[in-house]
Amino acid sequence: MNALVALCLVLPALAATAVVLTRDPERQAVTLSVFGMLLCLLLLVLQAPDVALSELGIGTAIVPLMVMLTIRTIDKDRRTRKSGEGTDKDGDS
Amino acid sequence: MSRRTRLLVFLVGGGVLAAAFVVGVLGIPGFGGSEHRYRDLAVPAAVAHRTANAVAAVNFDQRAIDTFGEETILIASTLGAVALLRPSREETVRRPPDLGHTLESTRLIGYVLMPLTLVLGTDVVAHGGITPGGGFQGGVVLATGLHLLYVTGSYPALDRLRPLLPFRTAEALGAAAFGVVGALALIGTGTFLGNALPYGSLGQIFSTGTVQVLNLVVGIEVFGSMVVLLAAFFEQEISVRKQDEEAR
Repeated sequence: MNALVALCLVLPALAATAVVLTRDPERQAVTLSVFGMLLCLLLLVLQAPDVALSELGIGTAIVPLMVMLTIRTIDKDRRTRKSGEGTDKDGDS
Repeated sequence: MSRRTRLLVFLVGGGVLAAAFVVGVLGIPGFGGSEHRYRDLAVPAAVAHRTANAVAAVNFDQRAIDTFGEETILIASTLGAVALLRPSREETVRRPPDLGHTLESTRLIGYVLMPLTLVLGTDVVAHGGITPGGGFQGGVVLATGLHLLYVTGSYPALDRLRPLLPFRTAEALGAAAFGVVGALALIGTGTFLGNALPYGSLGQIFSTGTVQVLNLVVGIEVFGSMVVLLAAFFEQEISVRKQDEEAR
């Protein structure tokens, strides 16, 4: 195991810890994307370009986008519920 | 099932899994090294079928049945997600507003990169048998490229550019075509998903027999799946409004 492989093993581990430590889910989508990119780098260094390509597409683009859209949808729903409670007291929204 | 029973079932299952994991990890070869038993079997088999990308040979030739299973899982999970995300009775779909506020530089990058990404995706699918990549990766790249239009801030343009029916059809036809190719191979060679087409010379684009065909149908299916899946998420986020919210 050379220094490059060791570095590429450490970086995703650090990024993964950063994802766990990010409290705000919306920012977590961004750190998740960074983690995916570093994992992609590790796979590339380990000579697995096919897997690296999959990871790049799914891990850094599609999944963070889905997470982001989900969080925004939930936020929108919460806001609607909150304003619903504010305007009509017996509202069932 | 009571809490106690559930815990008991978990402990038994988890214990067996943990034990098997430890035994398995102790048995694997060390990191790196030059002894790779699987490679010694897979690479000659790939070369025998004139498939320069040994990974593609494993995925679409030697263990094509596994890929068939994975494609089925993909289509089933997309179907499930889309069914969950469809607008419910108290929600209405309306024309999304133009999102507007996007940096000029971001728009430029989006518009420049979209055609490039689409070409790259097509290339990754087309050369799956001979260079890294293949149907799955290429399909994902194609879907990502299409959604760069969202980055440019023009969701309505994205909405117009991807009428969902062709993508839904492509998804279904791609998945079905995989099975059809497998069945035709069964008739031709006596093996389901066996490599039935003639081989060319190593490194040529059509050298790999059915690997190339399967790559193409997987590319079509994955492209369709990803677009349909993301469209369901986008629709919930951008176009769908609760009816009472509409009235307000």
